[in-house]
Amino acid sequence: MTTGIRPVTDARKRPMMHPQVQTYWHEVDCGFPPVADVFEECVYEALAVFSREQMKAYLEAARVLGKLGRGPEPMLAFLEEWPSVVTAVGADVLTPVMDFVRAMQKSPNGKAIAPFLQTLAAVARRLQSAEQLQFYIDIARDLMVRTTGSIHGHHTTFPSPGLPEFFAQAPFLAKLLSMAGVKNWVEYGIRNYGNHPERQVEYFQLKSADSRAVLQRERHGTLFADVERQLDLYLRALWCDSDTLVPYSTAFDEIRKPIPYYDKLGLRVPDVFDDAQGVAGLDRYRAVLAHMIGHRRWSKPQIADNWSPFQRMAVEFFEDCRIENLLMREYPGLRRIFLALHPKPVEDACDPETTSCLRHRLAMLSRALIDPDHGYADTDLLTFAGRFHELIAAGESSTDEIATLALSYVAKTRRQSDQLAKVHFDDTVVDYRDDNRQLWRFIEEGDEEEAFDEERRLEQNKEPQGLPPRHYHEWDYQSQTYRPDWVSLYEALHPSGNPAVIDRLLAKHAALAKRLKRLLDLLKPQDKVRIRYQEDGTELDLDVAIRSLIDFKGGATPDPRINMSHRTDGRDITVMLLLDLSESLNEKIADGSQTILELSQEAVSLLAWSIEALGDPFAIAGFHSDTRHEVRYHHIKGFSEGWDDAVKGRLAAMEAGWSTRMGAALRHAGHYLSARKADKKILLLLTDGEPADIDVADPQHLRADAKKAVEELATKGVTTFCLSLDPKADEYVRDIFGNRYEVLDRIERLPEKLPMLYMALTK
Amino acid sequence: MTTDKEQYKVHKEPFYQAQGKEVVLYEAAYAARLPVMVKGPTGCGKSRFVEYMAWKLGKPLITVACNEDMTASDLVGRYLLEANGTRWLDGPLTTAARIGAICYLDEIVEARQDTTVVIHPLTDHRRTLPLDKKGELIEAHPDFQLVISYNPGYQSLMKDLKQSTKQRFTAFDFDYPEATLETQIIARETGLDEATSAKLVKIGQTARNLKGHGLDEGISTRLIVYAATLIKNGVDPKDACRMAMARPITDDSDIRATLDHAIDATFA
Repeated sequence: MTTGIRPVTDARKRPMMHPQVQTYWHEVDCGFPPVADVFEECVYEALAVFSREQMKAYLEAARVLGKLGRGPEPMLAFLEEWPSVVTAVGADVLTPVMDFVRAMQKSPNGKAIAPFLQTLAAVARRLQSAEQLQFYIDIARDLMVRTTGSIHGHHTTFPSPGLPEFFAQAPFLAKLLSMAGVKNWVEYGIRNYGNHPERQVEYFQLKSADSRAVLQRERHGTLFADVERQLDLYLRALWCDSDTLVPYSTAFDEIRKPIPYYDKLGLRVPDVFDDAQGVAGLDRYRAVLAHMIGHRRWSKPQIADNWSPFQRMAVEFFEDCRIENLLMREYPGLRRIFLALHPKPVEDACDPETTSCLRHRLAMLSRALIDPDHGYADTDLLTFAGRFHELIAAGESSTDEIATLALSYVAKTRRQSDQLAKVHFDDTVVDYRDDNRQLWRFIEEGDEEEAFDEERRLEQNKEPQGLPPRHYHEWDYQSQTYRPDWVSLYEALHPSGNPAVIDRLLAKHAALAKRLKRLLDLLKPQDKVRIRYQEDGTELDLDVAIRSLIDFKGGATPDPRINMSHRTDGRDITVMLLLDLSESLNEKIADGSQTILELSQEAVSLLAWSIEALGDPFAIAGFHSDTRHEVRYHHIKGFSEGWDDAVKGRLAAMEAGWSTRMGAALRHAGHYLSARKADKKILLLLTDGEPADIDVADPQHLRADAKKAVEELATKGVTTFCLSLDPKADEYVRDIFGNRYEVLDRIERLPEKLPMLYMALTK
Repeated sequence: MTTDKEQYKVHKEPFYQAQGKEVVLYEAAYAARLPVMVKGPTGCGKSRFVEYMAWKLGKPLITVACNEDMTASDLVGRYLLEANGTRWLDGPLTTAARIGAICYLDEIVEARQDTTVVIHPLTDHRRTLPLDKKGELIEAHPDFQLVISYNPGYQSLMKDLKQSTKQRFTAFDFDYPEATLETQIIARETGLDEATSAKLVKIGQTARNLKGHGLDEGISTRLIVYAATLIKNGVDPKDACRMAMARPITDDSDIRATLDHAIDATFA
């Protein structure tokens, strides 16, 4: 009986060219024609690398992979990739690799075996050591174990959705991150998207925004975000320039590596610089900035229409060198950085018979123009270096003069082979130089220049409504890391209502106000306090002095403490009142007469009135949230606004809704407070419940974040105090605010309690 | 205070490099006995200028460094208790008014506002100083002149002079000298060569560019002189700059790193 699907010839019987290979082919006992097609080639490659035992192990492993029942891909990938893996990290990793393959085979993740083996060689080439590869396998194993699982109600175990994607991205990750960074990145993915297959896949495909953000955070090298302020200071201090720095991403543009440039929106620099040639990443940034500043200072745009691309390139090289010479004249210390970063092409590395050597010649010349000890012997080069230095010896020279010199250089050294398609690129790229787009002006839109980007003017955006969002981190207590730019906070002016409402509320509490007034008078700062009975003081205290004198004359021991001095006793307190405006405020209090919101309004009005009477600068804001994408922060009163009808109107219009994402609101309020100048800065938070939001399942998470926010504020000198209206608050409020909190059991006393609390706090 | 004029005289010529016409103008102000106010950032040469003018005019100089605990009696004088009763002791301002000295109140804004008011009667046509505690009215000596200095760079709104005080003075506005002049000053003052002095001045200017961006005040001429002195005494220039110029002015690590880089870039 014959079956239709069986191949006409059994691959096992495929004849091989070499008898030894034929033996091997029998050993691996494989029936896949695609494998048979490449087997002989793979064996030749392997023989060049492997010892006899290693060869045996190689074939044995291949045989096992062929018998997994996963088709030819695992075996193919292994046969092809393994020799390069061994070259990179040695043959000892075979055991852990095969162990891991077996583990995948036993779990539902068999489909990930092929992707794992396919990228293994690329990863191994990046990692360069067996320990690192072992680390990589451990990470993958951890990912597999923790994301493989069952979904409630289904009776099957599901394979890890992210694992194959992770393997596909692994070479890219290994290039950008250290293995510790990869681990953190994976960890983040598992923790946040462990239960969400689609999102998990997106994360591990590097398609979601936070996947990229976490990747960026974990990258090795000097991150722009970490040194932005230093670079800004550098520009101001050394170059008297304060242009905006705009980073561009270097991670995701593989083919066309962006080059630094500047335009009217700012100086564009890469988002990360690794240390290179003994120059720290920060110094590389400085070199890039110095170079661009040099152009801005000394370069004049040239009309480019009549020049060939070669001529333009030569002019760029000459002009770059002129700029750098002037920069080094200004700050000689830059020489070390420039020389370390500038490539030093070997003089006869390029063969002019077969290759276009223009770039190579220019790079050598460029080196010679900034490095007096270049050691090149080429006569043209030496002549032009001499002429160049003559030009700039007298002064700054100019772009025009340099361009003339560059053109004559091109004319003098032109070769037929410059037109060849094969261009010598090694050691000719000077990576701290910008792309010189500002050096050229085109009068006519040339045929060869692509002009279609003129058409794509962006539609004029409509006038944006409200302020753009501010992004805040959120603390993830499980990983002890921040989730970058996790929360979007929108600040807006609170809508206005009828200020008379608040006046009525104040009138209702007139008796209380009177009582408060007495207390306030006691608290009012008395600018100078007399300190009497001082031995050493600023002024003679006549009463005491006369008494002492009498004692003295009378023969008794006089009291020597006859002076007095003054002490200033001013209040220097700034306070920010932050109101939780979440939905729960709409609940009625126990006796059913008022909502918590109404009570809060009364309390806040009284407090505002008290603080106004004390004269402390204060601000009021409210917040609520609807997931991390929308935290609303309502401005009710600013520090410089008086306690007037506009403010009262906003307070009267206060409404409650949505949830309580406390951390972001605390951070935002704190950033206003920390900009104030005062001895004491107090953030007073009035809330009726614990931090919670509808997109967070774990109640600990937002608590931990709020706690972190409070700690952050403390380091900025802002004291946070919480008045909680939640009778059950004792469970968590101490965790968040330490001992700076008070829980109000009888809510109806809030209007009285809040101003009293404030006075007690600031006494 | 003693009334021995000689001890307040400036005997040796202090080095002062004029930045403009200030010397002539000061002489004119002194001739008319007009009170003078010298404004400018710290360490730009205000005190040196006053000292120089006292020397040039051959008048005694009494300097009072003001602080926020200073009271009126610290300026005017006070009663001390002695075995047989009390004894009046003149304060520096009173002494200056009696002997005809130039009284220089340094950093006057540091003093409390009630203190500054006591100088008012001395600064207008009256030229008198009432000692209300003692019941005496001092007629100022014809040679007496009042000079105050203050640094308008203080960001605090609390530390400003009252208009009623300000408007009793003629004023000089000082600033750090421009680069070549400052270089000469450093070289003259310390004997350091001009090339190195110029580099020091350049570093000083990088810090002045950062004023308002994390620095309250740039590197003063005084600090540059310190650095130059250290270098002159054989300290490595980079170390001297770090010690005398970068470290004193900031605790901010970013700014420190930037200044350190400026030092490295300048002294290659």
